[in-house]
Amino acid sequence: MANVNYMLRGTAACPGCPIPRELNNILEIAGKDTVLVVPASCSTIIMGDDIHGMPSVVPVVHSPFAAPSAIASGIKAAMNQLNKKGNVIVWAGDGSTGDIGFASLSGAAERNEDIIYICYDNEAYMNTGIQRSGLTPRGAWSTTTPEGKREFKKPLPFLMMDHKIPYVATLSIAYPFDYEAKIKKAMTISGFRYLHILSPCPPGWRFDPSLTIEIAKLAVETGIWPLMEYENNKLKLTGPSILLKDKSKRKPIEEYLKLQERFKELSDEEKRLLEEDINAMWLEIERRMS
Amino acid sequence: MKTITSLVGNHAVAYAVKQAKPNVLAVYPITPQTTMLEKLADYVSSGELKAELIKVESEHSAMASIFGAALAGARVFTATASQGLLYMGEMIYWVGGARVPLVAAIATRAIGAPWSIWDDHEDFLTKRDAAWIQLMAQNVQEAYDLTIQAFKISEDKKIIAPCMLGFDGFILTHTMERLELLDDSSVDNFIGKRDFSIIDFDNPVGIGTVAGPQTYMGYKYSIKKAFDGAKERIKEIMKEYSEISNIDYQPIECYKCDDADYLIAAMGAWSGDARVAVDMLRSEGKKVGLIRIIMFRPFPKEEISKYIKGKDILVLDRDYSFGSGGILANEIKSISYNLDSKIYSLIAGLGGKDVSEKEIKTLAEKMINKELGDEEWLM
Repeated sequence: MANVNYMLRGTAACPGCPIPRELNNILEIAGKDTVLVVPASCSTIIMGDDIHGMPSVVPVVHSPFAAPSAIASGIKAAMNQLNKKGNVIVWAGDGSTGDIGFASLSGAAERNEDIIYICYDNEAYMNTGIQRSGLTPRGAWSTTTPEGKREFKKPLPFLMMDHKIPYVATLSIAYPFDYEAKIKKAMTISGFRYLHILSPCPPGWRFDPSLTIEIAKLAVETGIWPLMEYENNKLKLTGPSILLKDKSKRKPIEEYLKLQERFKELSDEEKRLLEEDINAMWLEIERRMS
Repeated sequence: MKTITSLVGNHAVAYAVKQAKPNVLAVYPITPQTTMLEKLADYVSSGELKAELIKVESEHSAMASIFGAALAGARVFTATASQGLLYMGEMIYWVGGARVPLVAAIATRAIGAPWSIWDDHEDFLTKRDAAWIQLMAQNVQEAYDLTIQAFKISEDKKIIAPCMLGFDGFILTHTMERLELLDDSSVDNFIGKRDFSIIDFDNPVGIGTVAGPQTYMGYKYSIKKAFDGAKERIKEIMKEYSEISNIDYQPIECYKCDDADYLIAAMGAWSGDARVAVDMLRSEGKKVGLIRIIMFRPFPKEEISKYIKGKDILVLDRDYSFGSGGILANEIKSISYNLDSKIYSLIAGLGGKDVSEKEIKTLAEKMINKELGDEEWLM
């Protein structure tokens, strides 16, 4: 690990929030010649205010909710024209990525802009107080789905693969070697790179802040969050997910669900539908791998 | 050295943009500005203009992308109209609040519903509170000249604000007029080198960082102060431009108003019709003059005040603030309250409805004969 803390301590992140760690690991690899574009999200707050300063040691461009992909495209275009070198990284939540900013994300991906887009997915609008997003999983409680979400989780990584961009990967901070290997690889590729982190949220998912890493790990071990990598039109599983193609190797999803109060009211029928979603996702992975 | 040619408004603005040498352009089609961006795409494709053309997927992204590019030090440009300007609206305000120098051309067009591709000023005027410098052209020559001035105004260290050029959809965008073009080196010397970059890896800052109630208002006050000071600087820049172009530019133009008993106030292309109406009225011995607003923001209050004391004024609005009144009429009313002026508001030309010089003349005569209501709609 490098000596520099790219994300300084004492941020406004909630106890147990993985965002500062996730960001620090990215910035350690990307280095100081990096600009972060951050749309409205928890990170807007985590990145400090004008009185107390910001915890980031790289420039941060705050962005309206739907705009980060386009702002990043413009920054990169200017750097190209003015012969400046550096990385342009979007750091966006799931609401910006999959809902309000999706058209802009899709446009930038279709143009194959030379930027890295990272979605930290805490599976709801957490900064405004836990409202469901397109990326909230089926059955999960939120303040706008008091009876549990009825629809499936929008499959962003697949949708981005369908844009035929050079690189797509899913990440989990519970597996730092896999995590950092993917960041490093993304840095070596040019064109549009899409990275998607499942980022557990203690207050939003209703679990004890000490369990963040355990829950992130269980998401992978139960097969709910497969670690994968798409490059040169080829998809492969990575790290612990390689063995989980065999369903019998996966832990039961109950182990993941029972630690989170957002799934407390989940009925047996909803649990069955959630399992079907997960099975369908693995079939889709197999289809795309063959 | 000037070249005399003829161009449609969209191509005149595109030519001015090419001469301003932007580094990054964002293009997204919307009638009636599309042929301007097509022309710019040709310039980039042929290598005449060395710039990156970002073919965005929406107007929101058009403004967002040039905002990003401007932060990284590029000179930038985009254009839009009507629904596109509204869709861009969030970014228009963001850019104004961030005080980033950039230029956008608005080919003015009515706003739906119902659908209309035709001209009025409603779209341009919806952005009057967004902390943008706003200029409005009367003809193709002005659209060209003001585009060049917009880059210098926007990047001027005493101003630093986005600048919007309005010019009437179809009436100017698609009409070919005689035009005098400056040579490239005159434009280079006039605008100067862009010297503005916020994104600096050796001096990292947060841009648009959260501001609490203790500080937010301070940022807004700093914009107010900048706009208060901008007017005098814009006058200087216009004068400087006038010296190389031999065309006089000022925030307002006064046509025969020094000795006028009555005034017409207008902005944009139909000011030309109002001017003809003034000439017709003068030939009949009626002392009417025209105040034409070229700079809408900052609003030239003092300049207008000089002429309106004790006068009856017919204010032409190609726009309307529902529940309130004509927007330009309201602006002029706001400075006339202690000047003993009487404002007659005319709402006309919405959604491209043609307005003739004779109709303007007739309405001015009604004003003179005290036959005009406070607000008339020319249907």
